[in-house]
Amino acid sequence: MSDLHTSPSGESHGSVSSYIIGFVLAVILTAASFGLVMSHSLSPSGTLTGLAVLAFIQVLVHLHYFLHMGNGSEQRWNNMCFFFTVGFVVILLIGTMFIMNNTALHMMSR
Amino acid sequence: MAHDTTVQTAGHDEHHHESPVVFGFWVYLMTDCIIFGSLFAVFAVLHNQVNGGPSGRDLFEYSGLAQETALLLISSITYGFGMIAAHKNEVSKVIMWLGVTFLLGLGFVGLELNEFAHMIHEGNGPDRSAFLSSFFTLVSTHGLHVTCGLIWLVTLIVQLMGTTEIPERMMNKLTCLSLFWHFLDIVWICVFTYVYLASMI
Amino acid sequence: MLGRLSFSAIPLDVPILVGTFLGVAIIGLAVLGLITYYGKWGYLWKEWLTSVDHKRLAVMYIVLALVALFRGFADAIMMRTQLAMAYAGNPGYLPPHHYDQIFSAHGTIMIFFLAMAFMTGLFNFVVPLQIGARDVAFPFLNNLSFWMTAIAFILVNVSLFIGEFSQCGWLAYPPLSESQFSPGVGVDYYIWAIQLSGVGTLLTGVNFFVTIVKMRAPGMTWMKMPVFTWTAFCSSILIMVSFPVLTVAVALLGLDRYFGMHFFTNDGGGNQMLYLSLIWSWGHPEVYILVIPAFGVFSEVVPAFSGKPLFGYGTMVYATCSIMVLSFIVWVHHFFTMGAGPDVNAFFGIATMIISIPTGVKLFNWMFTMYKGRVQFHACMYWAVGFMVTFTIGGMTGVMMAIPGADFVLHNSLFLIAHFHNVIIGGVYFGYICGMNFWFPKVMGFKMNETWGIRAFWFWFVGFYFAFVPLYVLGFDGMTRRMNHYDNPEWHIWLLIAEVGAVLILFGIVCQLTQLYVTIRDRNLPANRDVTGDPWNGRALEWSTSSPPPPYNFAIVPHVHELDAFMHDKENGIDTRCAGGPYAPIHMPKNTAAGFLIGVFSLVFGFAAVWYIWWLAAIGLIGVIGTIIARSANKDIDYYIPAEEVARIENEHSRKLMAQAAE
Repeated sequence: MSDLHTSPSGESHGSVSSYIIGFVLAVILTAASFGLVMSHSLSPSGTLTGLAVLAFIQVLVHLHYFLHMGNGSEQRWNNMCFFFTVGFVVILLIGTMFIMNNTALHMMSR
Repeated sequence: MAHDTTVQTAGHDEHHHESPVVFGFWVYLMTDCIIFGSLFAVFAVLHNQVNGGPSGRDLFEYSGLAQETALLLISSITYGFGMIAAHKNEVSKVIMWLGVTFLLGLGFVGLELNEFAHMIHEGNGPDRSAFLSSFFTLVSTHGLHVTCGLIWLVTLIVQLMGTTEIPERMMNKLTCLSLFWHFLDIVWICVFTYVYLASMI
Repeated sequence: MLGRLSFSAIPLDVPILVGTFLGVAIIGLAVLGLITYYGKWGYLWKEWLTSVDHKRLAVMYIVLALVALFRGFADAIMMRTQLAMAYAGNPGYLPPHHYDQIFSAHGTIMIFFLAMAFMTGLFNFVVPLQIGARDVAFPFLNNLSFWMTAIAFILVNVSLFIGEFSQCGWLAYPPLSESQFSPGVGVDYYIWAIQLSGVGTLLTGVNFFVTIVKMRAPGMTWMKMPVFTWTAFCSSILIMVSFPVLTVAVALLGLDRYFGMHFFTNDGGGNQMLYLSLIWSWGHPEVYILVIPAFGVFSEVVPAFSGKPLFGYGTMVYATCSIMVLSFIVWVHHFFTMGAGPDVNAFFGIATMIISIPTGVKLFNWMFTMYKGRVQFHACMYWAVGFMVTFTIGGMTGVMMAIPGADFVLHNSLFLIAHFHNVIIGGVYFGYICGMNFWFPKVMGFKMNETWGIRAFWFWFVGFYFAFVPLYVLGFDGMTRRMNHYDNPEWHIWLLIAEVGAVLILFGIVCQLTQLYVTIRDRNLPANRDVTGDPWNGRALEWSTSSPPPPYNFAIVPHVHELDAFMHDKENGIDTRCAGGPYAPIHMPKNTAAGFLIGVFSLVFGFAAVWYIWWLAAIGLIGVIGTIIARSANKDIDYYIPAEEVARIENEHSRKLMAQAAE
C-alpha cells in the first residue's frame, strides 16, 4: 500500500484508510464464512475447503493491514521468525495428526 | 530493556543498536503462536471424543459467535485508530480509542463467559468429555489472553493520563500491545472457523 | 485455611529425610551466619541478587547448577546403592514409594536445573562478550529468568521436606500421573516446578535470540560469528519453538488433575498417547538444546589448544543448523512401541538416523582441527577428547535404538538409560565442565587449578564407563528401568560394578570441589593470575577485554573484520580495545529488585497451588501482576558511566598490560 508509512524504528504503521480497507475486507470474509456454513449450499467437504480458504485469506488480510507485515528489508527478521514459526506449527499439527490417527488405526482406540 | 535510542540521541556512542523491544515482543508472540498451535493440535485429535455427550453441532449457536467476532473485529480497528493518534502524539485521542477498545474487549470476554456459564449450567462443562475439555481449554486460553490485554490496556491508559506527549518507551509499549491485540484477532479467526463453524457444517 | 496441607505432610518418619533436612538446615544456617558475620547482606543484595549484569547472572546460574548437581547426584548414588543391595531376599533400604520419588527427582533436577541452568550460565557469560555487546537485549528479563529457574528449583527441594515429589518419572506419563493413580501432591510439585522454570527458560531463549540478531558488533556478519554463539543461537531457537509445547502438555495434565478434565485420562474420551506425542515434541528438541551448546564449547576449546583455526567453520555452522531443523521431526523414536504402524515408525526412524550425519561431520571437524596442530593437553582438552570418544559411543547406541525393530527389544530397558547417560554425561556434562575450565579465568581473573581438574576428569571418565557399560549389558539381559528390587542372580554382579562406577564419579565430584577450593586458595599466585585477559591465546572477542571484564564489557565497541576477530587483530597488529580512547559515557541498565520479587511471589503461588491454598495463591498471583505493572511504570531504570570513569578503568588495565609485558 502506498499509504503505509514507515517509522524510523522500522515498523510501518497504517493510516485511517488502510485500517478501514482492512476492516471492510475482514467483515466481508467473516460474513462469507458464516454464510457458507449457514446456507448449506456446498457439500460438507466443499464447505470445509471453502472455510479453510476464507480463513487463510483473512489471516493474510489481518497480517497486512493490522500487523503491517511487509517485505521491507527492515522487516526481514520479523518475517523470518513468522514463517519459521508457521513451519513449525505445521510440522506439529501434521505430525500429531499423522501419529495419532495411525496409532488409533492400529490400536483400534477409536 | 534499557538499551533505548536515548544512547544515540545523546550523541555519545559511535555504535548504536535500535531498540529491540518491539522485535523481542514479536518473537515472544511467535512462541505464543506455538502454544495456540499445540492447543489446535490437541483439539484436532480430541474433537470427536464426545464420550456420549453433545458435539459441537449440538452446542454452538451462530448469534453468540457472530456477536463475539464482531466485537473483536471492531476492537481491532479502534486500536488501530488509537495507534494512528499515538503517532500524531494526540494523547487524549489515544486514551479515548484505548478506552473504546477496552470496552469492546470487555464485551467479548463477557459474552464468552456467558456462553461458558450457560454450557456448564446445562451439564456440559469441561469435565464432560475430552472434546469439551479441549474446546474449553483452547477457547479460554484465547479469552485469558484477551483478559491480559485488558489489564494491559488499563495500565497504559493510567500511565498515559496526565501526560502531554508520548515518549519512545511508551510508544514501544503501545506498539507491543498493538501487535498482541491484532495477533489475538488472528487466533480468533482460526478459532471461529475451525472450532465453531467447521463443527456446525 | 491451609488446603491439603497438614502437619502429617512433614515426613518425620523417614530418617533419611530428617537427616537431610538437618544437614541442609545446618549448612544453610552456617552460610547465613557467615554472611551476617561478615556484613555482606547489602553487598549480596545490591551487587548480585538484584543484578542485571549478564556476567553476574552467569555466575549465579552456574552456582545454581552446581547445587543441583549435588542434589541430583545424591539421588543417583542412592539409586545405585539400592540396586546393589536389593537382590533376592534383601529389600534394600529404600521402599518403592521413596525410590520412585528419587528417580523422578533425579531426572527432573539433572535436566531442568543442572543442565539447563549450566547452559544458560555459559550463554550469559560468553555470548554478549563474543559478539562485542555490552549486555543482552533485555537485562531485566535476564534477571527474571534466573529467579524463575531458581525458585522452581527451590520448589522441587521443598517437596523433600513438605509432602512428597512425583513418583511418575521425569516426564510424568499419564495415566499414572493422573489424580486417579497419583492422588498426592507429588505430581503437583512437578507440574508447578516445570511451569515456573519454563517461563524462565522461554524468556532466556527470546532474550538470546534477540541479542544475537540485533546486537552484534559492527562488521560481524553471520558467517563471522563465533561457533559458540552460533550454537547458542540455534539452541535459543529450539527453546522458543519447543518450550511452549512443554507448557501446553504439562498444563493439560494439570487441568486434568485440578479440574477433572479428560485430556489424558482413561475415561471420558481422553488419550494418554497424545501426552506422549506432545511431551516428546518438546523432549527431543530439548536434548539438542542441551548438547548443541556443548558442541559450541568444543568448537572454541579445540582450536584454542591446537593452535589452529577451527577446521571447516562453514560445515560446522550448517551441521548445527541442520541438526536444529532435523530435531523437530524425530520425536516418535521415544515411543516406537506405543502402537503406531510401520509408516510412522519408519519415517521417524529414518529421520533419526539422518541426524548422525551432521553430528559425524562435527566430530571429523574437531579431529581435523587437532590434526597437525600443536595440541596442548590442558585440562580442557582432556574433557574435549573424553567427550569425542564417549559421545561417539553414545551416538552409535542411539542409532541402534533408532531402528524400530531393535527398539522393541531395547525400549524401557537399562540399555536406554545407558544410552542417554552416555550422550548427556559424555556430551553435555563434559562439554559444560570443559567450558567452565576454559572461561573461568575470564569470569574471575584467575585460572583454575589444572592438576585437580585432570584428576576430576579421570575419575569422571573411568567412573562413567564403570557405571554405565554394565547398564548396556543389563539392558540386553532384559532388566527394565525404574525397578527397585530384582531376583535375577545374573544381574547382581553388573549392578555391583555400576555401584563402583557411581563411587568413582563421586570421587570425580570431590576432585571438582577440591579444584574449586585450590583455585580460590591460590588465586593470588602470579602464575594463576590472568592479567592480559587472554590466557589461552584465544580467537574470539571475549579474550580482548580484561579479566574479569568491566561492567560495560567494551569501552569502545570493537569492529569485526574477519572470522576469529581477535586473532585477526592480533596477527595484524590492530588494537581491538582502541586503548587510550577517546571514551564516551556508557549507557547502562540499573539493578532492580523486580525480578527477585516476581520470583518470590511465583514461589508463593506455586507452593499454594500445590497445596490448594487458594487465598495464598491469589496473593502470589496479584503480587506477580502488581510487580510487573510497577516495573512498567518505573522510569528510573538506567544510568550513565561517565567517560572519566571509563578512562580510569581502561587506563588501569593498560598499565597492568604494560607491566606484564615488561616482565
